[in-house]
Amino acid sequence: MSQSEEPLTTAGLMREITVLKEKFKGEDEETYSPYADLEKATVLQECRIFHDSKAVRESPRKCCTTITKLLYIVAQGESLTSAELIDVFFGVTKLFQSKDASLRRMVYLFIKEVAESCDRGDVIIVTQSLTKDMNSDTDLYRSNAIRVLARIVDAGMLGAIERYIKQAIVDRHPLVSSSALISASHFFESSPESANIVRRWLNEAQTALQSPHEMVQYHALSLLYQIKKHDRLGVSKLVTQLSKNGSLKSPLATISLIRYTSKLMHDEARENSGVSDGSSELARAGYSFLEGSLRHRNEMVIYEAARAICNLPGVEPQDLAPGVTVLQLFLSSPRPTVRYAAMKTLSEVAMLAPMAVVKCNEDIEVLISDTNRSIATLAITTLLKTGSESSVDRLMKQISSFMNDIQDEFKIIIVKAVKDLVMKYPGKQRILIGFLSNILREEGGFEFKKSIVNAIMFLMDAIPETKENGLIQLCEFIEDSDFTALSTIILHMIGNLGPDTPNPARYIRFIYNRVILENSQVRAAAVTALAKFGAKVPSLRESILTLLQRSLADEDDEVRDRSNIAVDVLKRAIAENDYSALDENGDPAPDVPTSSDSAAFLLLEPLPMSFSQLERSLKQYSNAPGALESAEPLSFNTLPVVEEVVEVAPVQDSNGSSNIMGASSPLASSAAAPPAADPAADIYAIPELAHLGRVFRSSPPVEQTESETEYVVKCIKHIFNEHVVLQFKVQNTVDSQRLDNVTMALEGESEILTVSGEIACESIPYGETGSCFTVLDRDVSVGIAPSAFTCELHFTAVGVDPMSGEEEGDSYEEEYAVEDLEIATSDFIAKVNLGNFRNSWEQMGNECEVLEKFALSFKSTEEAVENVINYFGMSACDGTATVKNPSKPHMLHLSGVFVGSKPVMVRAQVGKTADGVVLKVAVRSEDADVSRQVADCIR
Amino acid sequence: MGIFMSRLFSSLFGGREVRILILGLDNAGKTTILYRLQNESDEAIQTIPTIGFNVETLQYKNIKFQVWDLGGQTSIRPYWRCYYPNTDAIIFVVDSADTERLAVARQELTAMLQEEELSSSILLVFANKQDQKGALNAQQISEGLGLPEVRGRQWSIQETSALKGKGLFEGFDWLVTCIKGAQEG
Repeated sequence: MSQSEEPLTTAGLMREITVLKEKFKGEDEETYSPYADLEKATVLQECRIFHDSKAVRESPRKCCTTITKLLYIVAQGESLTSAELIDVFFGVTKLFQSKDASLRRMVYLFIKEVAESCDRGDVIIVTQSLTKDMNSDTDLYRSNAIRVLARIVDAGMLGAIERYIKQAIVDRHPLVSSSALISASHFFESSPESANIVRRWLNEAQTALQSPHEMVQYHALSLLYQIKKHDRLGVSKLVTQLSKNGSLKSPLATISLIRYTSKLMHDEARENSGVSDGSSELARAGYSFLEGSLRHRNEMVIYEAARAICNLPGVEPQDLAPGVTVLQLFLSSPRPTVRYAAMKTLSEVAMLAPMAVVKCNEDIEVLISDTNRSIATLAITTLLKTGSESSVDRLMKQISSFMNDIQDEFKIIIVKAVKDLVMKYPGKQRILIGFLSNILREEGGFEFKKSIVNAIMFLMDAIPETKENGLIQLCEFIEDSDFTALSTIILHMIGNLGPDTPNPARYIRFIYNRVILENSQVRAAAVTALAKFGAKVPSLRESILTLLQRSLADEDDEVRDRSNIAVDVLKRAIAENDYSALDENGDPAPDVPTSSDSAAFLLLEPLPMSFSQLERSLKQYSNAPGALESAEPLSFNTLPVVEEVVEVAPVQDSNGSSNIMGASSPLASSAAAPPAADPAADIYAIPELAHLGRVFRSSPPVEQTESETEYVVKCIKHIFNEHVVLQFKVQNTVDSQRLDNVTMALEGESEILTVSGEIACESIPYGETGSCFTVLDRDVSVGIAPSAFTCELHFTAVGVDPMSGEEEGDSYEEEYAVEDLEIATSDFIAKVNLGNFRNSWEQMGNECEVLEKFALSFKSTEEAVENVINYFGMSACDGTATVKNPSKPHMLHLSGVFVGSKPVMVRAQVGKTADGVVLKVAVRSEDADVSRQVADCIR
Repeated sequence: MGIFMSRLFSSLFGGREVRILILGLDNAGKTTILYRLQNESDEAIQTIPTIGFNVETLQYKNIKFQVWDLGGQTSIRPYWRCYYPNTDAIIFVVDSADTERLAVARQELTAMLQEEELSSSILLVFANKQDQKGALNAQQISEGLGLPEVRGRQWSIQETSALKGKGLFEGFDWLVTCIKGAQEG
């Protein structure tokens, strides 16, 4: 032992102790926190010190600690009851008696933290003290008091202290000035009234912008921008002026300026409908400012400018180059953040303009081995986009070694990139699919595996050559997959695709293994897959029947049910058309089911609508009055048509290019899931309307007033076979009125519709919505043509006391004109997706086809397509609603059901010309009149 | 010597500050009185309605006073009670010219004097704004407020004009006498 060799001396002992202390030092520090295990009750008890003015005077330090403890427990999620909060709050206000600077700071902090949870009335008690501090000689008091005031003051009070804040904005002390500017921003957001007051501080903010202090400059610029945000010209002036004279010293302010500049450029480009030729003055000046900023001395500014350049709308390669060059330099920065930022931006560029990034490939390859996995993943996915076909093999080798040390989420990104690569270089499918199958067999979570399976399935669908290879890989995967969901999906896929491959029999083993080894869900899927093979490949029927019969005694009901059906259907099919390998002439017979094969029909044909549609259709059917007593047999043709749930049209800038402000999200789509309730339920609830029968379709509500008028009126058009019922939903927003006997008077010339009755709404109290109805008879002997009506709301306005709701004062007849109502042909067409458009189109034939050609004055193909869909009011099939290449003529496929349950289909070609759009339409249906009426939808 | 005396004095009273609340209806002149007392200058300062409170420390005749001037607006009056504990003296300020609201002032005063937490505080009433025309005198104010009915409490009334700086220190002299008396006894 070491110490026994040394003589026992004080020095030696001290050394020993030091060594021991070193040893245990780490442990002590880890566990010790002065605020750990604080009890709320104890802290509240300690708060009593605030009421003792002697203690406050003599030990401000102790008060500070107590406030810290309070804030600590609140931050830990301990909640104070409102009584406790009030008590503590008023205790803290008493600390204003102390002149101790650090205690005052804690008081500010406390008020700021709890201001929101306290009652507004209570909080104003500190206004006087804060206002006084705002004019104090101590800079620290001034700045902090302003910040706290910003939390508690409302617009009314703001007017009273406005003078002081304006003064503070131009204060010579940077802390005070910055605080005032930030508070101004806060006020500006808090309420429209406050915002109006803040608008008057433009001059002060301008002065602050000239401040020599960087922070003040930055905050002043933010405030100026905030105030002018909605004034395009104002922002433009501000930006131009600042970018020209280069007066901004602060890097942060310069970054803001870069963002504002690029936002202006984006806005301009968007208004010129995506065509930015860089020739406008703003675009030129903007670009030269961005380009100039690339030579700024601050790295952050340079990056921001490069990013802005890379994200410019419709940027030309030569303009992109300086930005990319700068980012390339950043790739070898010693700082991971810089490398990451540069890599991220380059990967975004690579998505749109891969050629621009090619010159960075060498530097990017180095980053594959970066210790930061996010950077490495970005590097790889970027290379996958920019690499040439010849470099694929090398890249895949590098990736394979890299896959083992990254997280699943990164792997998913790579899977997606590899998928895109196969689409780009189909010639490399073997090696790339091989890569996907390899990683499919490795360890990984469900999401990762799912992404691979999805990628392989997508590729099998998109590139036929990959089909067989992919199927085999998936078959091998399900041999030892732990994921039931994936196994069932794959089995379904094999059932659909396997029979069409040259050698279907090879898949049977894989499927039957599942029947023996798996859980009930997978077994059921496997049984169905086997049945499909049997239905599609007559030569395998006997063997499959044998296999299926073993499942007849399965312990699971679903498996048994499925196998029973399959066995029964196959047995019958074999009896009807026995398969022999050779036909009458001794040649090998085609191994496909005959057209009359019942097994093929029963097991392979899909339902004419999806399950969810079928469910909704059946519900609507049973809702209609008298439907269940009807003697008519129920069949698909007699079911009500179910419209596609109209998806919210994607916002124009969905490519994310507008996302220049970093965090600014594209218009948050407030599209909450629409209630699946049947809009016709309102109609069925009214006995008088029962004789009209079933509603064919109901239009979405059409607004007939602005949303902020006294009476808000919306109209829903319910289309019946021979009638139209207009439902007017009236909302009463006048708190001193009740509306009685509400009806809608319609006037107008219509060839096909005549008003035959109306149902008044008895009474609509304040804040409620009621419906009145107008019934129109349709002349079915003439074709449908658009009709328009002027509408006037008639009602008795009854005065009521807003407080008690009791009647008070006069009532009088009132008329209230609302916007005209149009009933277009498209209202008579239900948006129904007919499934396979091409097949249905061919089946319909051209006997009743109508061809038309129109010239329309739309600026872009996208705009035209969107409007054409609306004109017809039909459902776009095969994803043709989105325009992929605006320079080429766009093919639009529409399908729908015309009133009277007549299917209609439209093929429309939209082509851009110099001064508009040329539209060619072909309309097919079973009735020439219908085709003609539909073609006339275009106005 | 003066310093020595004051030290001796403060040690005698344990360095305790005398805690005073200045209360009264809005526009009675409370804030003006506070700053008049603190600055002892001839100029009265401009004040705005107090939303909240002012707290100042001041020294008079070797006694340290911590004076709380609470806003008198209706919206703030409910919060007075939060500052009642440990109060040595209340200065209740009345606008002597505002005869119409004397009854309101009386209500507030009566309610306040019933508070348990103020049971041992002494009461000094300032009949302020004596410089104004039609101002009631101390006798009238005293009756208007019902002071003669006050039982079990030392109280006094003083005619003042905060603007002119009159009567304030006379009132304080009474306070000092009472407090010294209490401490000696």
